[in-house]
Amino acid sequence: MTTQNSHTTGPTHKAVEAGVTTIIGLLGGLVVYGSVKAGINWGAEGPKAGFFPFYIGLFIIISSLINLFNTLREEDGPIFAEWGQLRQVFSVIIPTGIYVAAMPFIGLYLASMIFIAWFMRWLGKYNWPIIAAISLGMPVVTYLIFERWFLVPLPKGPIEEWLGL
Amino acid sequence: MEELVNLFHGFAVALQPFNIAVMVLGIVLGVIIGVLPGLGGANGVAILLPLTFSMPPTSAIIMLSCIYWGALFGGAITSILFNIPGEPWSVATTFDGYPMAQQGKAAESLTAAFTSSFVGALFAVIMITLVAPLVAGFALRFGPAEKFAVYFLAFCSFVGLSKEPPFKTIAAMMIGFALAAVGLDSITGQLRLTFGFTEMLNGFDFLIAVIGLFGLGEIFLTMEEGLNFRGGKAKIDLRVVLRTWMSLPQYWMTSLRSCIIGCWMGVTPAGATPASFMSYGIAKRVSKNGKNFGKGEIEGVIAPETAAHAAGTSALLPMLSLGVPGSPTAAVLLGGLLIWGLQPGPMLFVEQKEFVWGLIASMYLGNLVGLIIVLTCVPIFAAILRVPFSIIAPLILVLCAIGAYSVHNSTFDVVMMLVFGVIGYALKKCNYPLAPLVLAIVLGDKAEEAFRQSLLGSQGSLGIFFSNPLVSTIMVLGLIALFWSVISNGLTRMRGRTATA
Repeated sequence: MTTQNSHTTGPTHKAVEAGVTTIIGLLGGLVVYGSVKAGINWGAEGPKAGFFPFYIGLFIIISSLINLFNTLREEDGPIFAEWGQLRQVFSVIIPTGIYVAAMPFIGLYLASMIFIAWFMRWLGKYNWPIIAAISLGMPVVTYLIFERWFLVPLPKGPIEEWLGL
Repeated sequence: MEELVNLFHGFAVALQPFNIAVMVLGIVLGVIIGVLPGLGGANGVAILLPLTFSMPPTSAIIMLSCIYWGALFGGAITSILFNIPGEPWSVATTFDGYPMAQQGKAAESLTAAFTSSFVGALFAVIMITLVAPLVAGFALRFGPAEKFAVYFLAFCSFVGLSKEPPFKTIAAMMIGFALAAVGLDSITGQLRLTFGFTEMLNGFDFLIAVIGLFGLGEIFLTMEEGLNFRGGKAKIDLRVVLRTWMSLPQYWMTSLRSCIIGCWMGVTPAGATPASFMSYGIAKRVSKNGKNFGKGEIEGVIAPETAAHAAGTSALLPMLSLGVPGSPTAAVLLGGLLIWGLQPGPMLFVEQKEFVWGLIASMYLGNLVGLIIVLTCVPIFAAILRVPFSIIAPLILVLCAIGAYSVHNSTFDVVMMLVFGVIGYALKKCNYPLAPLVLAIVLGDKAEEAFRQSLLGSQGSLGIFFSNPLVSTIMVLGLIALFWSVISNGLTRMRGRTATA
């Protein structure tokens, strides 16, 4: 058992790399499966739709096996990241996931306002006037540039509907 | 000689006050488009095309082509400052541009990028002016096999020149090819690798992957270190710009080589993206500072930017002289020409002299105006670096989401952007190179199409790729690039033995 505290421990680089390589290899298997379903032989229009991706899938599997072999051959090296660092990363990934998931329901503008405000308050510890200026200003600028100027429609929610935007 | 007389007439047209005004407006709009991820040059030109309907055709094409130059300049800005390539041809610029910004050399990097862009474009415009008919004739000899050979060379250069383990580079590249293959098969019209998901019918757009892998991936990586934004020490003034200019002539060979690569790739229509990657790869291999590439080497900014601009500019040559667009943006410009009742092709040079030479003259002037505008705005761009990370990070994330959504107006793309962000973080931490993955997504469709069309022509025989001197030379160059590490090791050993004997 390790004597290190939680600040300097984390998953080993070797273990994570082996996991990532295995997932890539499985993806290669999925590509091969999908290609075989689409047809990998010679058809009326030449090579069938699955012909090219089939060999791509095989390349993925073969290169992943070699990469996995090389990874497992290595000695246990440095850690992938400290648990504390991973927590920091997930403190952004999870709220970004919630932001993306909320977008179809409340629209991009409101979701962006809440997301920016959360980020600045929780991680940046800014005071509310600065947070309000930026979290309200960004969607307004975005609206003017994208929707008004470049005529690119962005996802809207009930508030935009109510405002008639 | 006749070309020079025509060109002077062209300058007289381009220098009219109204045309100068649309030039400046076009460059500014182009830079904004280039900076905003998701709004590429082609999209920007297409969106703003209706603005030009009320203008005379020459002014309209000047404005649209200036939007294109502006987008080419602007793509480098986010690449260098935030590691988010605004355009696919700016991906290679991130490799050294972003590390330079992190080291507090954002101004040097931006100045080098903009100046190299100008040099590349100027070289291509001179080429267009002088050798247009010859080069256009050469491009006519490119069939599917030659096109595939060019792609093969670009991909092999990456495997042979990558600093990451070759099988990791191959795995990353093949993932890109697999993602490019998802959706409707362009030749047979059959669905493949969608596994029943209707959202995947259109496949994966490279912009979604690029925004996720590079933009989000970089923010997740930065979060490991807390909230310290590492590019914050950039100090900008005129002296930095002048000092960078003084240092650039020593890289004349890199610039010249990149100009030639860019022009060749632009005319044959491989485009600006493979040109920038290939130019970067060759510069890395040939340069005496090759070991420093990827760590903030200025030559690593010069090479891709020069080639991308040379390619982007020379892509207009086949559009004007043959009516065959060399890039997506050139295709949109071609659409504009048709809307104004102008038929691109050899007759355009005879029937619409004023238009053609006005456009070519505006390429000289437009790029000069572009360089002045972007260089004077460097302090504004670099000031962004001083904004604290806890403010800039959510703004970048929101901008990435907008960029991803605006590609196909789909929230599924925004979800995929996040997935790519997590994948980018994991792959980068595990030493898988991301650039070959993106390159394969960008060019996968075209490479596959060229490959299958070649095989169709040869009834399945791979001999088609060695059937004439042109395609054989490109394929052999590709194989040399693929096995370059083995070849160079062998050469080093041989030299060692000769020295000890």
